Amino acid sequence: MKLRTSLLGAIFALCSLSANAELSIQITQGVDNPIPIAIVPFTNESGGVFSEDVAQIVINDLEQVGEFRSLSRDNMLSMPSEEQQVFYRDWRILAQDYLLIGKINQQPGSQLVQVQYEFFDINREIKLAGEVLTGSVTQLRDIGHTISNVVFEQVTGVPGAFTSQILYIVAENAGPGMSLFRLEKADYDGARPQILLESGEPIMSPSWSPNGQDVAYVSFETDFPRIYIQNIATGQRRQITNFPNINSSPVWSPDGTKLAMVLSKDGDPEIYVQDLNTNQLMRITQHPAIDTEPSWTPDGSHIVFMSDRTGRPQVYRLEIGAPSYNVERLTFDCDQCMKPKFLPDGVNLVHVRRESRDPRYQIAILNVETLRVITLTDTSLDESPSVAPNGSMIMYATKFNGRGVLDAVSIDGRVKFRLPSSQGDVREPAWSPFLN
Amino acid sequence: MGKQLNQFFKVSLLVVSLFALGACSSTSETDDGSADSSGQSSSSSSSGSASSSAGSSSGQLTQDQIRAQAALRETVFYFDFDVAEFQPADRETLTYHARDLAANPSKRVRLEGHADERGTREYNLALGERRANGILNYFIVNGASRSQIEVVSYGEERPAQSGQTENAYSRNRRVEIVAR
Repeated sequence: MKLRTSLLGAIFALCSLSANAELSIQITQGVDNPIPIAIVPFTNESGGVFSEDVAQIVINDLEQVGEFRSLSRDNMLSMPSEEQQVFYRDWRILAQDYLLIGKINQQPGSQLVQVQYEFFDINREIKLAGEVLTGSVTQLRDIGHTISNVVFEQVTGVPGAFTSQILYIVAENAGPGMSLFRLEKADYDGARPQILLESGEPIMSPSWSPNGQDVAYVSFETDFPRIYIQNIATGQRRQITNFPNINSSPVWSPDGTKLAMVLSKDGDPEIYVQDLNTNQLMRITQHPAIDTEPSWTPDGSHIVFMSDRTGRPQVYRLEIGAPSYNVERLTFDCDQCMKPKFLPDGVNLVHVRRESRDPRYQIAILNVETLRVITLTDTSLDESPSVAPNGSMIMYATKFNGRGVLDAVSIDGRVKFRLPSSQGDVREPAWSPFLN
Repeated sequence: MGKQLNQFFKVSLLVVSLFALGACSSTSETDDGSADSSGQSSSSSSSGSASSSAGSSSGQLTQDQIRAQAALRETVFYFDFDVAEFQPADRETLTYHARDLAANPSKRVRLEGHADERGTREYNLALGERRANGILNYFIVNGASRSQIEVVSYGEERPAQSGQTENAYSRNRRVEIVAR
């Protein structure tokens, strides 16, 4: 007889409970010629000690995405904190292209801090950006990430995603035959993890609402996979489905009004779209094979999904409202192509790929117009790719030293970083939309 | 839970029914599923097994009853990679399970389908369900009632053995029969 896990008789929906196991980032592959940038320690004008080093947060952000290399503090010839103290030649000698300086001020007895930063182009000798950010002393990390966003966009032209967050699942061994499952949320770099849900039964498939306020996921807490929606800030949750058999793979439409999902209530997994206002359910696919892993095209007009109707898992596209036989097959040259999701351009399709002559599961991008395929990873159990809101990186789950970890790779495959877990198996990352 | 059988299962039902015709058909199956202490071997015609089979009038177990009791102790069935059909070698054991359900209408079981970790999680969830449904349908064509059987797939979420070895994978591709 199987030992059924009733470690937790009830499951707990939680908000703002910090998890003790922080993920810390490791850069595993950078670009050959990173952009040299000098980030001077921000001057503390109020004399107190802050829990966060804002300049170091910016350094970590920019180096993580691999495009930048920051100048060591030991090599700096001067440490300006405002524009009048900047001598461009000091930085040109050190072959720096960009310079970031700043200062922090906290009024006595106040929880508010003011962070002033200024960002310079050394070669053109101009100030590119600068402002004063005000927030609580507990928000210094957020302020650092906000400055990183500005620097990244000034240099690359692409908005930074450093204030974005991730959801993911952690599974931990909790004794013989027992596991503990957690849905957690953290900064994109794994910092400040919070537990949103904890259960003795599996939790799967977290998905952000487009406004970043809610998460949909699958929980087995009733002994069956059922879909739930939970408000991230309040922890308030409601069960969305209770159909027989599989209820899984919830994914929000880009406008946030509908939820695509997989139900096998009529015998085999089919893709449905539920209107979240009217609760009306529309069946999208109609085929006795496995149809699963729906995602929306960026314009919300089509569903992309995986089906093994030819005998092997392949990717298909179907217009919402069109007859199910109007399905369009998108992948042909792989043994298995799974978990499809279009990049914001609607042309490049991120997916999990297994080649006919290679047993590994890897993250790849298919251009559906040119049919060119780029395989981004070189490990073998890669799954659950999730794209950063600025489209620059993909986070995915893989195995390292026998444990589940989260890796990220740039969409050109040049940069990789890893968020190793200090305990348990970490998987199913879901990268947030841009958050305000 | 009025289920509509799809083409896939209609085909497998047909195949399964044909096999079922060839399976040995014995009478009065009154086994209550209680364990006895004899080994798995069905060739030893031991009459001294510590059975408490309630329906046995003579106290002597037939060959078939001994075989049935051994079969009912086997509750985990393993599958090949990316394959949803149970292994032919398990057919006889599963037939005993089906006949046990048919003979004991109050009995309830849960079929828990599982997959190894290769491939995506949602696909494995579907694959685990396909595996469990294959056994569900085999039970039904062999006389069990649909209402006796509950099916749930855990996909790759509840591995029996962790690790990235072929041995662990083969132990994780399984359907477990759990009494309710």
